[in-house]
Amino acid sequence: MTSVLIAVLVLALLGIAYSQGVSRSRLLAGQTRLHSRPQYHGALVALWAVLPLLVLLLVWLLASGMAQDWYIASQLPVEILPGTTEYASAAARLRNIASGFGVAGEAAEWEATAGAALAQFNTVLMLAIVALGAVLGVVGMLYMRSRLTARTRARNHVEAFIKAALIFCSVVAILTTVGIVVSLVTETVRFFTFVSPFEFFFGTVWNPGYSTTSNEASGSYGMLPLLVGTVMISLIAMLVALPVGLMSAIWLTQYANPKLRNAIKPVIEILAGIPTIVYGFFALVTVGPALSGLGDVLGFGINATSALTAGIVMGIMIIPFISSLSDDIIRQVPRTMRDGSLGLGATKAETIRMVIVPAALPGIVGAILLAVSRAIGETMIVVLAAGNAPILRFDPTEPTSTFTVTIVTALTGDADFASPQSLVAFALGLTLFVITLLLNIGALAIVRKYREQYE
Amino acid sequence: MNATNNSGPMGGNRIVPSAPASAASAVSRISAKDVTVHYGEKQAIFGVSMEVPEKSVTAFIGPSGCGKSTFLRCFNRMNDTIEGCKVGGKITIDGEDIYDPSLDVVELRARVGMVFQKPNPFPKSIYDNIAYGPRIHGLVKNKAETDELVESSLKKAGLWKEVHDRLDAPGTGLSGGQQQRLCIARTIATGPEVILMDEPCSALDPIATSIVEDLIHELKEQYTIIIVTHSMQQAARVSQKTAFFHLGKLIEYGETEQIFVNPKEKQTEAYITGRIG
Ligand SMILES: Nc1ncnc2c1ncn2[C@@H]1O[C@H](COP(=O)(O)OP(=O)(O)OP(=O)(O)O)[C@@H](O)[C@H]1O
Ligand SMILES: [Mg+2]
Repeated sequence: MTSVLIAVLVLALLGIAYSQGVSRSRLLAGQTRLHSRPQYHGALVALWAVLPLLVLLLVWLLASGMAQDWYIASQLPVEILPGTTEYASAAARLRNIASGFGVAGEAAEWEATAGAALAQFNTVLMLAIVALGAVLGVVGMLYMRSRLTARTRARNHVEAFIKAALIFCSVVAILTTVGIVVSLVTETVRFFTFVSPFEFFFGTVWNPGYSTTSNEASGSYGMLPLLVGTVMISLIAMLVALPVGLMSAIWLTQYANPKLRNAIKPVIEILAGIPTIVYGFFALVTVGPALSGLGDVLGFGINATSALTAGIVMGIMIIPFISSLSDDIIRQVPRTMRDGSLGLGATKAETIRMVIVPAALPGIVGAILLAVSRAIGETMIVVLAAGNAPILRFDPTEPTSTFTVTIVTALTGDADFASPQSLVAFALGLTLFVITLLLNIGALAIVRKYREQYE
Repeated sequence: MNATNNSGPMGGNRIVPSAPASAASAVSRISAKDVTVHYGEKQAIFGVSMEVPEKSVTAFIGPSGCGKSTFLRCFNRMNDTIEGCKVGGKITIDGEDIYDPSLDVVELRARVGMVFQKPNPFPKSIYDNIAYGPRIHGLVKNKAETDELVESSLKKAGLWKEVHDRLDAPGTGLSGGQQQRLCIARTIATGPEVILMDEPCSALDPIATSIVEDLIHELKEQYTIIIVTHSMQQAARVSQKTAFFHLGKLIEYGETEQIFVNPKEKQTEAYITGRIG
């Protein structure tokens, strides 16, 4: 309700202010040459109308909680002392009554009255804010409109605003990243008060004890088994995806006739749209049993849930990723380069191997590293198909486990959130993040090196 | 690929000119009869016939879009690489039909080299750019031979002095004119008998252009050269014979001097005096 009202207000202000600005500008245009086109004047007036309103709303968003707290304090009986758990729960009950959410048990009479009063307080406050915003908007609009002259540098102001808005959005993105990293790091540091980093990074046994006391870690938290599992599965996935993806891209770009290509490319791209959970049960129900059957025939045991199963299915999942990216990259290799090679009497395959692929290599390497970071971060397939056995071994036919799976198990148990067996998820997450980051930095470095050489 | 190259009917006599060189102007090396080219439904070349003499420079001139590049590409069958392009008629080189189904295109292209309008060095070192062709055709057996061939090709293309101390630098790092000479050197290194050049100087400044023109002058002692050009002056400077195309038809073909001084056709005269195109 409130948000609809605000949205209507903002839109109305925008529209009115814009048309006011434009019409004023047209009027001015009659006398002299304008510095900026009327659209820019309109946009400038609209900005002046809407920005104060938006700033006000932002302030309200931050301050309304405080106002509510203050009002609740005035409503609660004096015997409930601020700072006690009693106080907090009473305040929460009032809030719930006011918002219509309801409370457990009967609301006492004083609670009901206070709740209603709080609801009313909220409504009045909100309406006041909206009204104030509308007034501010109109004032801003009239002010800017009256100040418009033919020489007003509206275009420059609007450009400056757009630039500021873009910077603002980038800052939001950066701050979000920083926030996530900071929270990962702080929780990881907390985890390291239970388990020494040395034990975590170099331990070969993963067997967290589920102790109930949350100030002492029991069991072992060595991440090496998980690292080995992750690397093994990603490696198998890349062994499947890389040749198939790259070759299919080469075939599509260099050999397939255009009609066939246009029919096949979307099909490959659909493969990329299948949710990973579907791949997961495909692995569990089809690939796993098939592999173990194959193992029986060949005379050695392959577990139905194993690194091999998860890796192969993950590889299939990544094929379209590699194929599609390489396709675009190969297509960008200039035709003249290809003609140069063919013109020297090179065959198609020689041209591809010695000219096209090398020319596309930086891009392809970038695509591969992106695919690897995807493989490392993939969760669903591994949860279902790898068997969740965090044991240090290098045999791909045995069940294994990865970082992501272990994070899922660590957080979905009912252990206390502050206990080491939950906190370890952050340490694992941070490690995963650092690995992916290094891969991406590596990809960038490679790409840049080739760029310098060949552009 | 070594085998296909050396055992084919056109294997021998690469860089070294063939024996009856003295009879140059009389021998016609390339002969085209009623050549037509279609791009899908659209016809680009209409029944063109001509005889191109050995060890000389033949220039193709004509307004943009008249089919010079299309016709040039018929001689090394580069049109085969264009989707929907069909070539009709008959083209022979030294009496051999190059559109014969049994002919190996790869070998043909080693014999008939091409230099493109835009310099297109490979993303490899200067050395590897030159060695590319010889290696795939098995013309060199070891490092020493390759070194020698790279050096001689670069020398012929007049690029050796400028790059001899940085053969490992990427070819793409050279200037436009140097790149074009690198592409010419690359073509020479494969040991062709015919060199097709499609506006080789259009991306070059006057100095680089004059270097390439001098080069063409020297190359014609050994190679049969066909050059497409938009510059009448260039055609007059470098060529012995000139062909004028208009709307996919060969309007006039003759001695360069005769074409420029005393054209037989009205259209030719109009073009070279600047009234069409
Ligand atoms: N790949 C292609 N597909 C379809 N039509 C083409 C193709 N290449 C050339 N053509 C057409 O064939 C005709 C001749 O083109 P061509 O490139 O041979 O002209 P040109 O004489 O070389 O022109 P320019 O001097 O501008 O290079 C033109 O009408 C052109 O539109
Ligand atoms: Mg052309």
